[in-house]
Amino acid sequence: MLQTIIKKNSYQDSVVLMLLTSKLNQLDEVLRVSIMMGTPSNIDIFRASGFDTPELSDASSNDMVIMLEVSSEDDKEKVLSIIDEELSSTQDSSGEVEETINSWAKAMKKAPDASVALISVPGEYAALEIEQALDNDLHAFVFSDNVAIEDERRLKEKAHDKGLLVMGPDCGTGVIHSIPLAFTNNIRKGKIGVIGASGTGIQEVTTLIHRYGQGVTNAIGTGGRDLSTEVGAISMLDSIVALNDNPDTEVIVVISKPPAKEVEEKVLNVLRKVDKPVVTLFLGTKPTFHEENLYHAYTLEEAAQLSAKLLAKEEVVYTPSPIINLENKPTGKGIKGFYSGGTLAYEAAFLLEDALGIEHGSSPEGFTLKTDLHEVIDLGDDMYTKGKPHPMIDPEIRINKIKSVVEDADTGVVVFDVVLGYGAHDDMASALKPAIVEAQKELEKQNRQVNFVSVLVGTDEDPQGMDEQKRILEEIGVTVCENNVQAIRTALNQVGATLDLLEKDVKPKQASDLEKLPETSAKLAELLTEDPKIINVGLQSFTKSIIDNKADVVQFDWRPTAGGNVKLQKVLYFLNHYTF
Amino acid sequence: MSFKTIDEANQAVIDKIVQSAPFLLDVVPSKSVIKELEGHMLLHAGPPIAWEDMTDPMQGSCVGAVLFEEWADNEADARKMLANGEITFAPCHHYDAVGPMGGITSGNMPVLVVENKTDGNRAYCTMNEGIGAVLRFGAYSDEVITRLRWMRDTLGPVLSQALQTMDDGLNINVLVAKAIAMGDEFHQRNIAASLAFYKEVGPIITRLSIDETKKEEVSQFLADTDQFFLNIMMAAAKAVMDGARMIEEGTVVTAMCRNGKDFGIRISGMGDEWFTGPVNTPQGLYFAGYSGEDANTDIGDSAITETFGVGGMAMIAAPAVTRFVGSGGFYDALNTSNEMSEICISQNTNFPVPTWDFRGICLGIDARLVVESGVTPVINTGIAHKQAGIGQIGAGTVRPPLTCFEKAITAYAKKLGMSN
Repeated sequence: MLQTIIKKNSYQDSVVLMLLTSKLNQLDEVLRVSIMMGTPSNIDIFRASGFDTPELSDASSNDMVIMLEVSSEDDKEKVLSIIDEELSSTQDSSGEVEETINSWAKAMKKAPDASVALISVPGEYAALEIEQALDNDLHAFVFSDNVAIEDERRLKEKAHDKGLLVMGPDCGTGVIHSIPLAFTNNIRKGKIGVIGASGTGIQEVTTLIHRYGQGVTNAIGTGGRDLSTEVGAISMLDSIVALNDNPDTEVIVVISKPPAKEVEEKVLNVLRKVDKPVVTLFLGTKPTFHEENLYHAYTLEEAAQLSAKLLAKEEVVYTPSPIINLENKPTGKGIKGFYSGGTLAYEAAFLLEDALGIEHGSSPEGFTLKTDLHEVIDLGDDMYTKGKPHPMIDPEIRINKIKSVVEDADTGVVVFDVVLGYGAHDDMASALKPAIVEAQKELEKQNRQVNFVSVLVGTDEDPQGMDEQKRILEEIGVTVCENNVQAIRTALNQVGATLDLLEKDVKPKQASDLEKLPETSAKLAELLTEDPKIINVGLQSFTKSIIDNKADVVQFDWRPTAGGNVKLQKVLYFLNHYTF
Repeated sequence: MSFKTIDEANQAVIDKIVQSAPFLLDVVPSKSVIKELEGHMLLHAGPPIAWEDMTDPMQGSCVGAVLFEEWADNEADARKMLANGEITFAPCHHYDAVGPMGGITSGNMPVLVVENKTDGNRAYCTMNEGIGAVLRFGAYSDEVITRLRWMRDTLGPVLSQALQTMDDGLNINVLVAKAIAMGDEFHQRNIAASLAFYKEVGPIITRLSIDETKKEEVSQFLADTDQFFLNIMMAAAKAVMDGARMIEEGTVVTAMCRNGKDFGIRISGMGDEWFTGPVNTPQGLYFAGYSGEDANTDIGDSAITETFGVGGMAMIAAPAVTRFVGSGGFYDALNTSNEMSEICISQNTNFPVPTWDFRGICLGIDARLVVESGVTPVINTGIAHKQAGIGQIGAGTVRPPLTCFEKAITAYAKKLGMSN
């Protein structure tokens, strides 16, 4: 029996509900279950997924909707009590009452000296919250995605005019004055400043810097569209200038997908005026030379390595980690990359294209790369995560992909990432282990050899314990690599291919059209030199990394304003900004 | 106009609330202060409503009022008059008055007269009849009519005489401040304030040169009527909120009331206009033998107390009634008041609540904050049986429909020139 249970005025974050849904789905009593807030778009998702009941239309954005199919009334009661238990266990039940903060006014009263708003609300509401953060003179770190690009540009211009910085939208990772924010690793404090588009690119580079014995002052995410023509690199340029002025930063790394030509020129023009050594990485382009004090990397590993060498005043030469030779050669020739990190998947794809002579950019939707033989998938892509947690948290999608290898006789090597750090699954190696072991048994029956190669993104200071994760994987025969480049080169080697990495000459630095760099605003300078005081708007779990690192954070228990009604939100905005 | 923003306008409104000084001056026949009640007119609770839309208890109250006024001498005739338009209806709020539950007020019923000395405006409310079969819950038996006549002939005049001995009338703020420290929230629980009131007028009544029986009857009635102060609080809250809404801008809620069909609110910036939505049915505890099935929809002007900042808004002041109104205990009361403070602009330090670490009661419900947060005011209320004549069957809490607040701020934005 399919039932609709609506809990009025019970707002829970979508991640909490998804994890709960995933947990309940594993119960034997449950035939089907889905729990979401009753927003109009979620109701559409319910209907599309076959949960269409007449009661659905009674739900509003502030109501929790439970769609439950069980075989008996007893089971229903049991499931409902589990739900209550799960949800209440995250709340303080000791009887003490703390005032909840659910408005900007209260948040600012509680933390009048806050400097950063960490925003992780659903995308459709993010623009308004960014605006409020800027109105309150806060820098915005925007984890939310799905912000309209016009809004992004407008808000970034507004921030720039006020001397503030918008990091994101869709900014998965950041380190501000050594405090890790959002999905991020514990990186040693050091002297390298990193600016990157978004998530795993920054994670890979900063964790490698850590492993090379160096550390990071700040890692600033700009969002994936910052270098588009529409946005014009507003956040990137402000960040470069600020890191150049930052007394703690000695080397700067800039990571991005290839920008529009005129934007790239604009960025390089500023970089060529910077006093400090700079490493650039426009992922997917293969530079043939360096400029003096401005080094052009090809891979994430190279970018991390060159910056560490620059800081250590060593010779600036890229020495990639060695290929790992495996005794058992695979029976298939195909390489399959199942990634949770988008940038890692992207890097894997262009390295394979380069080594195998595959033409760029002709892959179908949902694939970063797809040929008859090879494929690379970013399983964090929207098309895989609709209504599900990110694969960095939830192993399910990758478990299914790993199992599918058994059906595909062409597969020779499976490459996957295990990302550690705050926000990631607390034991991904163990979560993937049964699927890998099962697949290996099945493959043995078929007399096939498929090699599993993983890249571990993390540091020895990450909460999961890097050594333990490595041990678990190696115990079941997974080859664990230092970084993504090593993983791909190792995989290529097994199917008899090689990646050609160029040695680059250093040419004189090209002239810049700029007379001098713009000045860093006082607020931005402060952001990079002091521990941030953070107002966390949205996901409660994001406070953990901040508290662990002994910085101040205030939790803003966000709900959609005016129940998510955009017309009323506009009325409120009008009234709040009206002058007689 | 001296303010630039809505925040400043709201501040001006709440400043008036803080500075207000309501005094109980007198008890007089309502028609002596509301001229329209000399004719065949009845005042009712809530926003405007027609006879045929009234719920059974309100209709019962109307029948009782017609019998009391002797416009008819039996129920059938009374109903005929009420149904065929011989009697006109108007909201209490339109005549500076408020009425509990059905709120039915007729010309010869005595009303409390409260003056807000800072603005000079007055407000009226009928007196509390006690519990059980009472007119406000729709009862209209002989017993009810007899009591109303006694209130007209004895209680009203005696209290009037007692109040006349005071030079300036009775200072309500003082009583409220005292009683809030004794565990009253002034909607569900008024026992401390009722006793404090009796302490003021009791000795005076004993000194009046009137018939001893009257002294005894009045003293006994006041001693027995735990909720007597509620109606004084209602008139005082009405006087204060009407004074405050002389500032004709801003989004502070200046009235909340219900007629059994619609919930209505006013905000300062929209003057006399009502914004309505369908009423909810209270949730709470029922007297033995009754259940939610029997409950009438939400009714009465008593939500003026919440508008002022007491009642459900000050739930934490009265832990004793928290269980009774259907919530769990002390921490639920605390949560309720904390939640209410989120939709209010400020806190009224004239009335510190000991159990809230002496924070002042909630001050100034901002319709914008209500819409923004989706949190609606909590109203402590009595529950009437949906059938006239049975009276109160329980007590609990109820919330207004959000749509009232949405309509109010949308209308105000439009008035200020917001285009679509």
